[in-house]
Amino acid sequence: MLGQLVVSGLAAGSLYGIMALGLILIYKTTHILNFGQGDMVMFATFIAYLLLTLFRWPFPAAVLGAMVAGALLGALVDRGVMRWARNAPVTSLFIATLGVGMILQAVAGWIWGYDTKPFPYALRGRPLFLGDVVLRQHDLLVLVVTVLISLVLFLLFKFTKVGVAMRATSQNRRAAQLMGINVGRIGTLSWALGLGIGALAGCLVAPIVYLDLTSMILVMIKAIAAAVLGGFTSLPGAVVGGLLLGVIENLFGGYMPSAIAPLKTTFVFVLIIVVLVLRPHGLLGERTAGGHG
Amino acid sequence: MLACEGVNAFYGPIHALKDVTFAVERGTIVAVLGANGAGKTTLMNTISGLVRPRSGAIHLDGRRIDRLAPERIVRLGVTQVPEGRQLFPDLTVAENLRMGAYLRRGAAVRQDLAAVLERFPALKDRTRQLAGTLSGGEQQMLAIGRALMARPRLLLLDEPSLGLSPILVRQLFRTLGELGREGISMVLAEQNAYLSLEVAQMGIVLETGRVALQGPSPELRQTDRVRQLYLGVRSGDVSPQGGGAPGGKGT
Repeated sequence: MLGQLVVSGLAAGSLYGIMALGLILIYKTTHILNFGQGDMVMFATFIAYLLLTLFRWPFPAAVLGAMVAGALLGALVDRGVMRWARNAPVTSLFIATLGVGMILQAVAGWIWGYDTKPFPYALRGRPLFLGDVVLRQHDLLVLVVTVLISLVLFLLFKFTKVGVAMRATSQNRRAAQLMGINVGRIGTLSWALGLGIGALAGCLVAPIVYLDLTSMILVMIKAIAAAVLGGFTSLPGAVVGGLLLGVIENLFGGYMPSAIAPLKTTFVFVLIIVVLVLRPHGLLGERTAGGHG
Repeated sequence: MLACEGVNAFYGPIHALKDVTFAVERGTIVAVLGANGAGKTTLMNTISGLVRPRSGAIHLDGRRIDRLAPERIVRLGVTQVPEGRQLFPDLTVAENLRMGAYLRRGAAVRQDLAAVLERFPALKDRTRQLAGTLSGGEQQMLAIGRALMARPRLLLLDEPSLGLSPILVRQLFRTLGELGREGISMVLAEQNAYLSLEVAQMGIVLETGRVALQGPSPELRQTDRVRQLYLGVRSGDVSPQGGGAPGGKGT
């Protein structure tokens, strides 16, 4: 029972974690919290749906297509909207992201309609049995993807010039400019990366929550919670936060009496508030946003 | 090499640079003296392209640069060591240095990295340490080393001695003198007029955004204005003015 709840929790938590990664990648370099992330991910996932149903692409190709579409959408949002409003107050920028999200929702509704669509699982073979723990192939895939994405991001930020430049830009934008780093381009790249990964997460979530105009919203709220839990500026923190969130949620749902078990999501959010009271910068967050030096 | 002609620039609503005209000859150091708020930092940021002048022109080797993006100006060989170091605190020393060479690639970058570590041995054992954990003096070395990684022809230094102890200030100016002899041209904004005019061949004095005085260092040192305003009454004062560091009087 315990093992099963933990494993299922880890699988769900991985999804929150990957979703959160996309959000934080954008936030770290641009300091913009993308309130439209859920809608943008929804839109990219609909692209995958389109490729799967209309063009009959195989699943991996459709997911890749959605990731490319997500990346392009991210770059477009940055170049087409955020860049023009660069000097606006931060709150206005948040509202702008929300506005883009609403536009995408309207466009998606116009193209694909308002009813809920089924979205296929990537792997739908027989579940794996590890002792008395049952692991669906999809859950295994999600866990593997999470590990891979984490690894790729780690290598990117540690060993590539552009990755280090993204970290540098997030820590001190002006100094980055003085090094000759084109911070505008770094910002566009972050948006592309954030929504590319967001699209991947969307395609992995969609089989579980189905696909409609609002199905990504609740997942995104939990991803934000995961990000907050992890400190909001830390990529590993986001994954750890997501995993914790998934496991705790599942344990609560599994062990509490059935009268209060449905409150598992509520419980998670109460727990996050407690964590933030005790550790205001989250579990793995940085003390300051940088710039001491 | 660098020529500013009638540059007017604003820092927010403040008219921070008023008709600033001066030139830096190749291989020379020009000290920019002035109190806090005189416009030194705005001047630096205008040359670096972070601030766009309202009017006037800046030429580098005859090429107009005042409309270029900061990264283009770095590419042309102008690098700034900003006020307050502005390191990347959560990058390692080595990563900070590599970011200095962001626009360059190839084996020359590795050689320059080794050369910078040779020049600043204190950084050598700390290449994997986070820059934010270095001492003030080490941070200043790293800031200069990071700028050198761009192989600048013109180095802009904004108040490099700020917050350093008198010993470290002397060490810093020795380094700047060496770099000057190696042929790097410099614009050195400083409140420490005494040491700046020691290493610089030329100086300009900024007062509320205007060039109040300019000329060769020895001449400038003799003027009453510089003596009274920036050197203190006793000319032997080496403490960084306004830097908050006590001591150093009458050495």
